[in-house]
Amino acid sequence: MSNVGIVIVSHSPDVARGAADMVRQMVGAAVPLAYTGGNPDGGLGTSVEGILEAIDTAWSEAGVAILVDMGGAETNSEMAIEMLPPERRSRVVICSAPVVEGAVMAATEAWGGSDLDTVRRTAEELGGASK
Amino acid sequence: MASTQPHATQTQGALLRRLVLAVADRVIESAEELTRLDQAIGDGDHGLNMKRGFEAVRAALASDPTDDCGALLLGVGRTLVMKVGGASGPLYGSFFLQLGKDWAQISDRATLIACLRKSVDAVASRGKSHPGQKTMLDVLFPLVDALPGVLETQLPDLARLRDLAAERAQATIPMLAERGRASFLKERSIGHMDPGAASSSLMVTAVCEVLGEAFRTSGALLTPAGDQP
Repeated sequence: MSNVGIVIVSHSPDVARGAADMVRQMVGAAVPLAYTGGNPDGGLGTSVEGILEAIDTAWSEAGVAILVDMGGAETNSEMAIEMLPPERRSRVVICSAPVVEGAVMAATEAWGGSDLDTVRRTAEELGGASK
Repeated sequence: MASTQPHATQTQGALLRRLVLAVADRVIESAEELTRLDQAIGDGDHGLNMKRGFEAVRAALASDPTDDCGALLLGVGRTLVMKVGGASGPLYGSFFLQLGKDWAQISDRATLIACLRKSVDAVASRGKSHPGQKTMLDVLFPLVDALPGVLETQLPDLARLRDLAAERAQATIPMLAERGRASFLKERSIGHMDPGAASSSLMVTAVCEVLGEAFRTSGALLTPAGDQP
């Protein structure tokens, strides 16, 4: 069984790339990973098209966990999930967690071969975790 | 402006196309105003985002001469979803996607109203929001609520709809934002108009202007069956 994939969505392309760098440092190439940031013109914002591409890049039969920074990133990610083919739709979740810490935690959990639900729970438990 | 179009044999598709283009023009020319509103209580990108989205809508309409209303609306929805780059893309996009999906079911004024309500409901569920949270819904819901009364008469009172939209947008000024970036400001969001309510009001105004002219010239109502008195 393949590891759960991780997608990082931030309004800022720099934040998205930086968070992805931190994930790579932890898990190397063991976890499918993709990031996207910026609106369709490259300014601050998020793009449904970019999110769809990232999901595709990080696709894993075990599913994909998305980490988002705020507001529009979440709405656009929900929209992107709905636009996926039906057989993929139920295997993508958005984690309600801080984007950087959540991505690192989720990826570390995924690296151990945990299922999608466990990966998400681990990221979301961060709320009470000390940094 | 809309008056340059011939109207005698106007099809529903042509009228819908004029409506969408009028909405696009209004949004594009109001981009700075929307940005100013969003700078006060948000991240300041609403005007630019909406402009980008509706410029893409214009381009898509220009390259696709379809007369099929449902397909046209689905295309507008998809373009907004893909091109806006902020939450307003999926929000407004959901309105057009839902309306496009249901268009074929519209056969009279009652089904038109029901479909518009369903489309506004789609915006609410996309945004996980409801009226009273200082959003575009504070304009959109009162408008669909007013539709049965407005469409009761043979010649709908479109000025009333337009005024209602402006009034409801104004009414978001004293409200406390509970959704979106403005909610981070808590009570500091009070005293500013919600940019989404403002863009909704602008779009409704454009629709009312085009429809008003269509009624004056041909008595046409925008439903597939014509529904002409």
